[in-house]
Amino acid sequence: MLLEVNNLNIEFYDHDLPERVVNDLNMKLDEGEILGIVGESGSGKSMTAMAIAGLLKRHDMKTEGEILFEGEELLHAKRDTLRQYQGNEISIVFQEPMTSLNPVKRIGWQVEESLRIHRPDLDSSERYRRAIEALRDVELDQPELIYKKYPHELSGGMRQRVMIASAMICEPKLLIADEPTTALDVTIQLQIVKLLQRLNREKHTTILFISHDLSLVRRLCSRIIVMQNGIVVETGTTEDIFHNPVQEYTRMLINAIPKLEKPVI
Amino acid sequence: MKKKKAYSTNFIIGAVITGIVLVMIIIGFIHTPYDITKMNSAVKLAPPSLKHLMGCDNFGRDIFSRVLKGMGNTFVIAFATVTIGAVCGVVIGAFTGFFGGWLDEVLMRINDVLFAFPSILLALVFVSIFGTGKYNVVAALGIAFIPSFARIVRGEFIKYREMDYVKSARLAGVSQIRIIFVHILPNTMTVLLSSIMIGFNNAVLAEAGMSYLGIGVQPPDASLGSMLSESQTYLFSAPWYAIFPGAMIILMVLGFSLLADGIKEK
Repeated sequence: MLLEVNNLNIEFYDHDLPERVVNDLNMKLDEGEILGIVGESGSGKSMTAMAIAGLLKRHDMKTEGEILFEGEELLHAKRDTLRQYQGNEISIVFQEPMTSLNPVKRIGWQVEESLRIHRPDLDSSERYRRAIEALRDVELDQPELIYKKYPHELSGGMRQRVMIASAMICEPKLLIADEPTTALDVTIQLQIVKLLQRLNREKHTTILFISHDLSLVRRLCSRIIVMQNGIVVETGTTEDIFHNPVQEYTRMLINAIPKLEKPVI
Repeated sequence: MKKKKAYSTNFIIGAVITGIVLVMIIIGFIHTPYDITKMNSAVKLAPPSLKHLMGCDNFGRDIFSRVLKGMGNTFVIAFATVTIGAVCGVVIGAFTGFFGGWLDEVLMRINDVLFAFPSILLALVFVSIFGTGKYNVVAALGIAFIPSFARIVRGEFIKYREMDYVKSARLAGVSQIRIIFVHILPNTMTVLLSSIMIGFNNAVLAEAGMSYLGIGVQPPDASLGSMLSESQTYLFSAPWYAIFPGAMIILMVLGFSLLADGIKEK
Protein backbone atom coordinates (compact mmCIF):
# COMPACT_ATOMS: atom_id res chain seq x y z
CA MET A 1 0.00 0.00 0.00
CA LEU A 2 1.60 3.26 -1.12
CA LEU A 3 -1.05 5.76 -0.21
CA GLU A 4 -4.06 5.59 2.04
CA VAL A 5 -6.53 8.41 2.56
CA ASN A 6 -8.93 7.97 5.45
CA ASN A 7 -12.01 10.11 6.15
CA LEU A 8 -10.59 13.22 4.54
CA ASN A 9 -12.65 16.35 5.14
CA ILE A 10 -11.73 19.77 3.82
CA GLU A 11 -13.60 22.88 4.84
CA PHE A 12 -13.13 26.51 3.87
CA TYR A 13 -13.85 29.36 6.21
CA ASP A 14 -13.22 32.30 3.92
CA HIS A 15 -16.94 33.10 3.53
CA ASP A 16 -19.71 33.61 6.05
CA LEU A 17 -20.73 29.99 5.96
CA PRO A 18 -18.18 27.20 6.12
CA GLU A 19 -17.93 25.34 2.83
CA ARG A 20 -17.18 21.66 2.77
CA VAL A 21 -15.34 20.90 -0.46
CA VAL A 22 -14.28 17.32 0.28
CA ASN A 23 -16.53 15.11 2.38
CA ASP A 24 -15.40 11.92 4.05
CA LEU A 25 -13.13 10.73 1.28
CA ASN A 26 -11.48 7.34 1.48
CA MET A 27 -9.11 5.88 -1.05
CA LYS A 28 -6.22 3.51 -1.39
CA LEU A 29 -3.43 3.41 -3.93
CA ASP A 30 -1.24 0.39 -4.55
CA GLU A 31 2.29 0.69 -5.75
CA GLY A 32 2.55 0.88 -9.54
CA GLU A 33 -1.12 1.42 -10.26
CA ILE A 34 -2.78 4.28 -12.09
CA LEU A 35 -5.86 5.61 -10.36
CA GLY A 36 -8.18 8.10 -12.02
CA ILE A 37 -10.31 10.66 -10.22
CA VAL A 38 -13.06 12.05 -12.39
CA GLY A 39 -15.77 14.59 -11.77
CA GLU A 40 -16.99 17.95 -12.97
CA SER A 41 -15.49 21.30 -11.97
CA GLY A 42 -15.83 21.95 -8.26
CA SER A 43 -16.28 18.31 -7.36
CA GLY A 44 -13.27 18.43 -5.04
CA LYS A 45 -10.87 16.35 -7.09
CA SER A 46 -8.15 18.99 -7.27
CA MET A 47 -8.54 19.75 -3.57
CA THR A 48 -7.94 16.10 -2.80
CA ALA A 49 -4.79 16.19 -4.91
CA MET A 50 -3.56 19.35 -3.18
CA ALA A 51 -4.17 17.76 0.22
CA ILE A 52 -2.11 14.72 -0.73
CA ALA A 53 0.65 16.91 -2.12
CA GLY A 54 0.67 18.91 1.13
CA LEU A 55 -0.31 22.23 -0.38
CA LEU A 56 -3.25 22.82 1.93
CA LYS A 57 -1.64 24.83 4.68
CA ARG A 58 -3.83 27.85 4.95
CA HIS A 59 -5.26 29.60 7.92
CA ASP A 60 -8.79 29.88 6.53
CA MET A 61 -9.11 26.17 6.02
CA LYS A 62 -9.79 23.13 8.17
CA THR A 63 -8.67 19.62 7.29
CA GLU A 64 -9.64 16.43 9.10
CA GLY A 65 -8.79 12.80 8.60
CA GLU A 66 -5.49 11.29 7.67
CA ILE A 67 -3.30 10.81 4.64
CA LEU A 68 -0.83 7.98 5.00
CA PHE A 69 2.06 7.81 2.57
CA GLU A 70 3.93 4.56 3.20
CA GLY A 71 2.48 4.72 6.71
CA GLU A 72 3.63 8.29 7.40
CA GLU A 73 0.91 10.81 8.26
CA LEU A 74 1.19 13.78 5.92
CA LEU A 75 -1.98 15.83 6.36
CA HIS A 76 -1.00 17.35 9.69
CA ALA A 77 2.73 16.93 9.33
CA LYS A 78 5.14 19.80 9.93
CA ARG A 79 6.28 21.75 6.92
CA ASP A 80 9.82 20.44 7.24
CA THR A 81 8.66 16.83 7.28
CA LEU A 82 6.47 17.55 4.31
CA ARG A 83 9.33 19.06 2.35
CA GLN A 84 11.25 15.81 2.64
CA TYR A 85 8.54 14.19 0.56
CA GLN A 86 7.60 16.98 -1.80
CA GLY A 87 9.40 16.68 -5.11
CA ASN A 88 11.29 13.69 -3.81
CA GLU A 89 8.63 11.05 -3.19
CA ILE A 90 5.51 12.90 -4.31
CA SER A 91 5.41 15.15 -7.36
CA ILE A 92 2.64 17.00 -9.08
CA VAL A 93 2.00 18.21 -12.61
CA PHE A 94 -0.47 21.05 -13.01
CA GLN A 95 -3.14 21.76 -15.54
CA GLU A 96 -1.74 24.94 -17.04
CA PRO A 97 1.65 24.49 -18.70
CA MET A 98 1.78 28.13 -19.71
CA THR A 99 2.05 29.38 -16.13
CA SER A 100 3.72 26.49 -14.34
CA LEU A 101 7.19 27.41 -15.52
CA ASN A 102 9.07 30.41 -14.18
CA PRO A 103 9.37 32.84 -17.12
CA VAL A 104 12.76 34.23 -16.10
CA LYS A 105 14.61 30.96 -15.53
CA ARG A 106 16.04 28.57 -18.08
CA ILE A 107 14.36 25.18 -18.56
CA GLY A 108 17.41 23.28 -17.35
CA TRP A 109 17.60 25.27 -14.14
CA GLN A 110 13.95 24.53 -13.39
CA VAL A 111 14.22 20.84 -14.15
CA GLU A 112 17.22 20.58 -11.84
CA GLU A 113 15.62 22.46 -8.95
CA SER A 114 14.30 19.34 -7.17
CA LEU A 115 17.73 17.73 -7.41
CA ARG A 116 19.32 20.82 -5.94
CA ILE A 117 16.96 20.57 -2.95
CA HIS A 118 16.84 16.85 -2.35
CA ARG A 119 20.23 15.65 -3.61
CA PRO A 120 22.65 18.34 -2.47
CA ASP A 121 25.47 15.80 -2.76
CA LEU A 122 25.33 15.85 -6.57
CA ASP A 123 27.63 18.24 -8.38
CA SER A 124 26.53 20.40 -11.28
CA SER A 125 27.78 18.10 -14.05
CA GLU A 126 25.87 15.18 -12.56
CA ARG A 127 22.78 17.38 -12.24
CA TYR A 128 23.17 18.36 -15.88
CA ARG A 129 23.47 14.74 -16.93
CA ARG A 130 20.33 13.78 -15.04
CA ALA A 131 18.37 16.77 -16.33
CA ILE A 132 19.25 15.89 -19.93
CA GLU A 133 18.27 12.31 -19.26
CA ALA A 134 14.96 13.40 -17.74
CA LEU A 135 14.24 15.63 -20.73
CA ARG A 136 15.03 12.75 -23.08
CA ASP A 137 12.78 10.47 -21.02
CA VAL A 138 9.78 12.66 -21.73
CA GLU A 139 10.51 12.34 -25.45
CA LEU A 140 11.78 15.83 -26.09
CA ASP A 141 14.07 16.13 -29.09
CA GLN A 142 17.46 17.75 -28.64
CA PRO A 143 17.36 18.00 -24.84
CA GLU A 144 20.69 19.86 -24.82
CA LEU A 145 19.09 22.69 -26.77
CA ILE A 146 15.92 22.75 -24.69
CA TYR A 147 18.00 22.79 -21.52
CA LYS A 148 19.21 26.27 -22.43
CA LYS A 149 15.86 27.70 -23.52
CA TYR A 150 13.39 29.91 -21.70
CA PRO A 151 9.77 28.81 -21.23
CA HIS A 152 8.36 31.29 -23.76
CA GLU A 153 10.36 29.60 -26.49
CA LEU A 154 8.47 26.31 -26.06
CA SER A 155 4.98 25.21 -27.10
CA GLY A 156 2.32 24.12 -24.61
CA GLY A 157 2.89 20.43 -25.22
CA MET A 158 6.64 20.81 -24.82
CA ARG A 159 6.19 22.75 -21.59
CA GLN A 160 3.96 20.05 -20.19
CA ARG A 161 6.66 17.51 -21.02
CA VAL A 162 9.19 19.73 -19.26
CA MET A 163 6.87 19.84 -16.24
CA ILE A 164 6.69 16.05 -16.22
CA ALA A 165 10.47 15.87 -16.56
CA SER A 166 11.00 18.14 -13.59
CA ALA A 167 8.40 16.22 -11.58
CA MET A 168 10.11 12.92 -12.40
CA ILE A 169 13.74 13.90 -11.94
CA CYS A 170 13.99 12.64 -8.36
CA GLU A 171 12.13 9.48 -9.43
CA PRO A 172 9.20 9.94 -7.06
CA LYS A 173 7.03 7.01 -6.03
CA LEU A 174 3.83 8.97 -6.59
CA LEU A 175 3.07 11.35 -9.45
CA ILE A 176 -0.09 13.41 -9.18
CA ALA A 177 -1.29 14.64 -12.55
CA ASP A 178 -3.89 17.34 -11.94
CA GLU A 179 -5.68 17.63 -15.28
CA PRO A 180 -2.37 17.65 -17.15
CA THR A 181 -4.03 17.50 -20.55
CA THR A 182 -6.89 19.97 -20.21
CA ALA A 183 -5.03 22.95 -21.68
CA LEU A 184 -3.63 20.98 -24.61
CA ASP A 185 -5.13 20.08 -27.94
CA VAL A 186 -6.42 16.58 -28.59
CA THR A 187 -3.44 15.02 -30.39
CA ILE A 188 -1.02 16.29 -27.72
CA GLN A 189 -3.37 15.03 -24.99
CA LEU A 190 -3.01 11.54 -26.31
CA GLN A 191 0.79 11.81 -26.49
CA ILE A 192 0.96 12.96 -22.89
CA VAL A 193 -1.27 10.11 -21.76
CA LYS A 194 0.93 7.62 -23.61
CA LEU A 195 3.98 9.19 -22.04
CA LEU A 196 2.51 8.80 -18.54
CA GLN A 197 1.66 5.21 -19.36
CA ARG A 198 5.24 4.54 -20.41
CA LEU A 199 6.69 6.18 -17.30
CA ASN A 200 4.37 4.06 -15.18
CA ARG A 201 5.48 0.91 -16.97
CA GLU A 202 9.21 1.62 -17.04
CA LYS A 203 9.78 3.37 -13.72
CA HIS A 204 6.89 1.83 -11.76
CA THR A 205 5.70 5.27 -10.77
CA THR A 206 2.29 5.25 -9.19
CA ILE A 207 0.09 7.83 -10.88
CA LEU A 208 -2.94 9.64 -9.57
CA PHE A 209 -4.59 11.00 -12.69
CA ILE A 210 -7.19 13.68 -12.23
CA SER A 211 -9.37 14.60 -15.16
CA HIS A 212 -12.85 15.29 -16.35
CA ASP A 213 -12.13 13.64 -19.65
CA LEU A 214 -13.42 10.11 -19.26
CA SER A 215 -12.07 8.92 -22.60
CA LEU A 216 -8.52 9.64 -21.47
CA VAL A 217 -9.10 8.13 -18.05
CA ARG A 218 -10.41 4.98 -19.72
CA ARG A 219 -7.19 4.62 -21.74
CA LEU A 220 -4.88 5.19 -18.83
CA CYS A 221 -6.33 4.06 -15.52
CA SER A 222 -7.00 0.69 -14.02
CA ARG A 223 -9.32 2.02 -11.33
CA ILE A 224 -11.56 5.05 -11.19
CA ILE A 225 -13.07 7.19 -8.45
CA VAL A 226 -16.04 9.33 -9.45
CA MET A 227 -16.61 12.45 -7.38
CA GLN A 228 -19.51 14.85 -7.19
CA ASN A 229 -19.82 17.83 -4.84
CA GLY A 230 -16.95 16.61 -2.68
CA ILE A 231 -18.39 13.12 -2.24
CA VAL A 232 -17.18 9.89 -3.80
CA VAL A 233 -20.24 8.62 -5.62
CA GLU A 234 -18.75 5.59 -7.25
CA THR A 235 -15.52 3.64 -7.26
CA GLY A 236 -14.38 0.55 -9.09
CA THR A 237 -12.28 -0.83 -11.89
CA THR A 238 -12.41 0.95 -15.23
CA GLU A 239 -14.27 -2.01 -16.76
CA ASP A 240 -16.99 -1.94 -14.12
CA ILE A 241 -17.47 1.79 -14.24
CA PHE A 242 -17.83 1.86 -17.99
CA HIS A 243 -19.97 -1.22 -18.41
CA ASN A 244 -22.18 -1.13 -15.34
CA PRO A 245 -22.31 2.40 -14.00
CA VAL A 246 -24.45 2.31 -10.88
CA GLN A 247 -25.00 6.00 -10.41
CA GLU A 248 -26.98 8.25 -12.69
CA TYR A 249 -24.16 10.83 -12.41
CA THR A 250 -21.56 8.39 -13.73
CA ARG A 251 -23.87 7.47 -16.60
CA MET A 252 -24.20 11.15 -17.46
CA LEU A 253 -20.43 11.62 -17.45
CA ILE A 254 -19.98 8.61 -19.73
CA ASN A 255 -22.66 9.85 -22.10
CA ALA A 256 -20.87 13.17 -22.30
CA ILE A 257 -18.00 11.54 -24.21
CA PRO A 258 -18.32 12.60 -27.86
CA LYS A 259 -19.08 9.63 -30.07
CA LEU A 260 -18.25 9.04 -33.69
CA GLU A 261 -21.71 8.73 -35.13
CA LYS A 262 -23.16 9.68 -38.43
CA PRO A 263 -24.96 12.96 -38.03
CA VAL A 264 -28.71 12.71 -38.61
CA ILE A 265 -29.61 14.92 -41.51
CA MET B 1 12.04 35.23 -33.44
CA LYS B 2 14.31 38.24 -33.38
CA LYS B 3 17.43 37.61 -31.39
CA LYS B 4 18.31 41.17 -30.59
CA LYS B 5 15.72 43.71 -29.54
CA ALA B 6 16.22 47.24 -30.76
CA TYR B 7 16.54 49.72 -27.92
CA SER B 8 14.11 52.60 -27.81
CA THR B 9 15.22 56.14 -28.56
CA ASN B 10 14.63 57.08 -24.94
CA PHE B 11 16.95 54.35 -23.81
CA ILE B 12 19.72 55.43 -26.16
CA ILE B 13 19.51 59.13 -25.32
CA GLY B 14 19.31 58.27 -21.62
CA ALA B 15 22.31 55.98 -21.87
CA VAL B 16 24.36 58.65 -23.66
CA ILE B 17 23.51 61.36 -21.12
CA THR B 18 24.12 59.04 -18.18
CA GLY B 19 27.37 57.97 -19.77
CA ILE B 20 28.58 61.56 -20.06
CA VAL B 21 27.55 62.25 -16.47
CA LEU B 22 29.34 59.14 -15.21
CA VAL B 23 32.50 60.02 -17.13
CA MET B 24 32.47 63.50 -15.57
CA ILE B 25 32.00 62.00 -12.11
CA ILE B 26 34.90 59.60 -12.58
CA ILE B 27 37.12 62.43 -13.84
CA GLY B 28 36.09 64.43 -10.80
CA PHE B 29 37.24 61.63 -8.49
CA ILE B 30 40.58 61.22 -10.21
CA HIS B 31 41.58 64.73 -11.07
CA THR B 32 40.13 68.23 -11.07
CA PRO B 33 41.78 71.09 -13.02
CA TYR B 34 41.98 73.24 -9.88
CA ASP B 35 41.90 72.51 -6.17
CA ILE B 36 38.24 72.91 -5.25
CA THR B 37 39.01 74.83 -2.04
CA LYS B 38 41.76 77.03 -3.44
CA MET B 39 40.66 80.66 -3.39
CA ASN B 40 41.97 83.25 -5.78
CA SER B 41 40.66 86.79 -5.37
CA ALA B 42 42.00 87.80 -8.79
CA VAL B 43 39.35 85.75 -10.59
CA LYS B 44 36.43 86.41 -8.24
CA LEU B 45 33.17 85.79 -10.14
CA ALA B 46 35.07 85.61 -13.40
CA PRO B 47 32.90 84.62 -16.38
CA PRO B 48 33.52 81.34 -18.24
CA SER B 49 36.77 81.39 -20.19
CA LEU B 50 39.24 78.84 -21.55
CA LYS B 51 41.10 78.90 -18.25
CA HIS B 52 37.96 78.47 -16.18
CA LEU B 53 35.46 76.58 -18.33
CA MET B 54 32.48 77.42 -16.14
CA GLY B 55 33.80 80.60 -14.60
CA CYS B 56 34.62 81.26 -10.96
CA ASP B 57 32.58 81.76 -7.80
CA ASN B 58 32.60 84.53 -5.21
CA PHE B 59 35.80 83.19 -3.64
CA GLY B 60 37.52 82.81 -6.97
CA ARG B 61 37.24 79.00 -6.93
CA ASP B 62 36.97 77.19 -10.25
CA ILE B 63 33.31 76.23 -10.80
CA PHE B 64 34.13 73.45 -13.27
CA SER B 65 36.28 71.67 -10.69
CA ARG B 66 33.63 72.16 -8.04
CA VAL B 67 30.89 70.88 -10.34
CA LEU B 68 32.91 67.72 -11.08
CA LYS B 69 33.47 67.11 -7.38
CA GLY B 70 29.93 68.10 -6.48
CA MET B 71 28.45 65.67 -8.98
CA GLY B 72 30.52 62.94 -7.41
CA ASN B 73 29.25 63.81 -3.94
CA THR B 74 25.66 64.03 -5.12
CA PHE B 75 25.97 60.74 -6.98
CA VAL B 76 27.49 58.88 -4.05
CA ILE B 77 24.85 60.17 -1.65
CA ALA B 78 22.02 59.35 -4.05
CA PHE B 79 23.48 55.92 -4.74
CA ALA B 80 23.88 55.08 -1.06
CA THR B 81 20.40 56.37 -0.32
CA VAL B 82 18.80 54.25 -3.02
CA THR B 83 20.82 51.21 -1.99
CA ILE B 84 19.62 51.47 1.61
CA GLY B 85 16.05 52.14 0.51
CA ALA B 86 15.98 49.40 -2.12
CA VAL B 87 17.62 46.66 -0.03
CA CYS B 88 15.47 47.27 3.05
CA GLY B 89 12.40 47.90 0.90
CA VAL B 90 12.86 44.69 -1.09
CA VAL B 91 13.28 42.59 2.05
CA ILE B 92 10.27 44.13 3.80
CA GLY B 93 8.13 44.07 0.67
CA ALA B 94 9.09 40.49 -0.15
CA PHE B 95 8.26 39.15 3.29
CA THR B 96 5.03 41.09 3.77
CA GLY B 97 3.84 40.33 0.26
CA PHE B 98 4.73 36.66 0.40
CA PHE B 99 3.49 35.79 3.87
CA GLY B 100 0.66 38.28 4.36
CA GLY B 101 -1.17 38.03 7.67
CA TRP B 102 -0.63 40.24 10.69
CA LEU B 103 3.03 40.98 9.94
CA ASP B 104 1.93 42.44 6.63
CA GLU B 105 -0.74 44.57 8.31
CA VAL B 106 1.61 45.97 10.95
CA LEU B 107 4.52 46.73 8.64
CA MET B 108 2.33 48.22 5.96
CA ARG B 109 0.61 50.56 8.42
CA ILE B 110 4.05 51.75 9.59
CA ASN B 111 4.86 52.12 5.93
CA ASP B 112 1.77 54.24 5.38
CA VAL B 113 2.80 56.55 8.20
CA LEU B 114 6.30 56.94 6.76
CA PHE B 115 4.83 57.42 3.31
CA ALA B 116 2.49 60.15 4.44
CA PHE B 117 5.43 62.04 5.96
CA PRO B 118 7.29 64.25 3.47
CA SER B 119 10.75 62.77 2.99
CA ILE B 120 12.56 66.11 3.23
CA LEU B 121 10.80 66.84 6.51
CA LEU B 122 11.69 63.42 7.85
CA ALA B 123 15.30 63.98 6.86
CA LEU B 124 15.23 67.40 8.54
CA VAL B 125 14.03 65.84 11.79
CA PHE B 126 16.70 63.18 11.53
CA VAL B 127 19.45 65.69 10.87
CA SER B 128 18.31 67.98 13.67
CA ILE B 129 18.62 65.05 16.08
CA PHE B 130 21.85 63.46 14.84
CA GLY B 131 23.54 66.50 13.35
CA THR B 132 24.40 67.51 9.81
CA GLY B 133 26.80 65.80 7.42
CA LYS B 134 26.94 63.41 4.50
CA TYR B 135 26.35 60.18 6.37
CA ASN B 136 23.42 61.43 8.37
CA VAL B 137 21.79 62.68 5.19
CA VAL B 138 22.31 59.28 3.58
CA ALA B 139 20.76 57.52 6.57
CA ALA B 140 17.85 59.93 6.77
CA LEU B 141 17.02 59.82 3.07
CA GLY B 142 17.59 56.06 2.95
CA ILE B 143 14.97 55.47 5.63
CA ALA B 144 12.61 57.87 3.92
CA PHE B 145 12.98 55.90 0.69
CA ILE B 146 12.16 52.47 2.13
CA PRO B 147 8.34 52.71 1.94
CA SER B 148 8.10 53.32 -1.79
CA PHE B 149 10.25 50.29 -2.58
CA ALA B 150 8.52 48.12 0.00
CA ARG B 151 5.18 48.93 -1.52
CA ILE B 152 6.16 48.16 -5.09
CA VAL B 153 7.87 44.90 -4.19
CA ARG B 154 4.99 43.84 -1.95
CA GLY B 155 2.53 44.33 -4.80
CA GLU B 156 4.67 42.25 -7.12
CA PHE B 157 5.00 39.45 -4.58
CA ILE B 158 1.27 39.34 -4.00
CA LYS B 159 0.86 38.96 -7.74
CA TYR B 160 3.43 36.21 -8.09
CA ARG B 161 2.93 34.16 -4.95
CA GLU B 162 -0.21 32.49 -6.33
CA MET B 163 1.37 31.65 -9.68
CA ASP B 164 1.53 28.00 -10.65
CA TYR B 165 5.29 27.98 -10.90
CA VAL B 166 5.55 29.14 -7.31
CA LYS B 167 3.19 26.31 -6.34
CA SER B 168 5.34 23.87 -8.28
CA ALA B 169 8.41 25.15 -6.51
CA ARG B 170 6.70 24.64 -3.15
CA LEU B 171 5.78 21.15 -4.25
CA ALA B 172 9.36 20.42 -5.16
CA GLY B 173 10.13 20.99 -1.49
CA VAL B 174 11.86 24.32 -2.03
CA SER B 175 12.19 26.34 1.17
CA GLN B 176 10.21 29.56 1.49
CA ILE B 177 13.30 31.76 1.65
CA ARG B 178 14.59 30.23 -1.55
CA ILE B 179 11.21 30.69 -3.23
CA ILE B 180 11.19 34.35 -2.24
CA PHE B 181 14.69 35.26 -3.34
CA VAL B 182 15.48 32.79 -6.09
CA HIS B 183 12.13 32.02 -7.67
CA ILE B 184 10.09 35.21 -7.32
CA LEU B 185 12.55 38.07 -6.94
CA PRO B 186 14.05 37.80 -10.45
CA ASN B 187 10.53 38.18 -11.83
CA THR B 188 10.15 41.56 -10.16
CA MET B 189 13.38 42.90 -11.67
CA THR B 190 11.88 44.94 -14.52
CA VAL B 191 9.59 46.82 -12.18
CA LEU B 192 12.25 47.07 -9.51
CA LEU B 193 14.94 48.38 -11.86
CA SER B 194 12.84 51.21 -13.21
CA SER B 195 11.71 52.18 -9.72
CA ILE B 196 15.33 52.18 -8.61
CA MET B 197 16.06 54.60 -11.44
CA ILE B 198 13.18 56.85 -10.43
CA GLY B 199 14.23 56.54 -6.79
CA PHE B 200 17.72 57.57 -7.80
CA ASN B 201 16.36 60.72 -9.43
CA ASN B 202 14.36 61.57 -6.35
CA ALA B 203 17.46 61.01 -4.25
CA VAL B 204 19.51 63.37 -6.43
CA LEU B 205 16.85 66.03 -6.06
CA ALA B 206 16.44 65.38 -2.34
CA GLU B 207 20.19 65.62 -1.77
CA ALA B 208 20.36 68.85 -3.76
CA GLY B 209 17.44 70.16 -1.71
CA MET B 210 19.06 69.20 1.59
CA SER B 211 22.40 70.73 0.64
CA TYR B 212 20.57 73.80 -0.58
CA LEU B 213 19.05 74.10 2.88
CA GLY B 214 22.55 73.78 4.29
CA ILE B 215 22.14 70.46 6.09
CA GLY B 216 23.73 68.13 3.58
CA VAL B 217 27.29 68.32 2.35
CA GLN B 218 29.12 70.91 4.44
CA PRO B 219 31.33 73.66 2.98
CA PRO B 220 34.06 73.87 1.84
CA ASP B 221 33.21 70.49 0.25
CA ALA B 222 31.09 70.88 -2.87
CA SER B 223 27.73 69.47 -3.84
CA LEU B 224 25.43 70.59 -6.60
CA GLY B 225 22.76 71.66 -4.12
CA SER B 226 25.08 73.67 -1.91
CA MET B 227 26.54 75.42 -4.97
CA LEU B 228 23.06 76.41 -6.07
CA SER B 229 22.32 77.80 -2.65
CA GLU B 230 25.56 79.85 -2.57
CA SER B 231 24.99 81.09 -6.09
CA GLN B 232 21.60 82.67 -5.54
CA THR B 233 23.07 85.92 -4.25
CA TYR B 234 24.92 86.35 -7.54
CA LEU B 235 22.12 85.21 -9.80
CA PHE B 236 22.21 88.42 -11.85
CA SER B 237 25.86 89.42 -11.56
CA ALA B 238 27.24 85.93 -12.23
CA PRO B 239 24.49 83.73 -13.72
CA TRP B 240 26.98 80.98 -14.74
CA TYR B 241 27.48 80.21 -11.08
CA ALA B 242 23.88 78.97 -10.85
CA ILE B 243 23.42 77.73 -14.41
CA PHE B 244 26.14 75.06 -14.51
CA PRO B 245 25.35 73.21 -11.25
CA GLY B 246 21.64 73.47 -12.09
CA ALA B 247 22.20 72.12 -15.58
CA MET B 248 24.16 69.19 -14.16
CA ILE B 249 21.32 68.28 -11.81
CA ILE B 250 18.95 68.37 -14.77
CA LEU B 251 21.30 66.22 -16.87
CA MET B 252 21.67 63.60 -14.14
CA VAL B 253 17.94 63.37 -13.53
CA LEU B 254 17.03 63.47 -17.21
CA GLY B 255 19.53 60.76 -18.11
CA PHE B 256 18.23 58.39 -15.48
CA SER B 257 14.56 59.11 -16.23
CA LEU B 258 15.08 58.32 -19.89
CA LEU B 259 16.96 55.15 -18.98
CA ALA B 260 14.13 54.13 -16.65
CA ASP B 261 11.61 54.77 -19.42
CA GLY B 262 13.68 52.74 -21.83
CA ILE B 263 13.86 49.79 -19.43
CA LYS B 264 10.13 49.90 -18.84
CA GLU B 265 9.35 49.94 -22.55
CA LYS B 266 11.67 47.05 -23.32
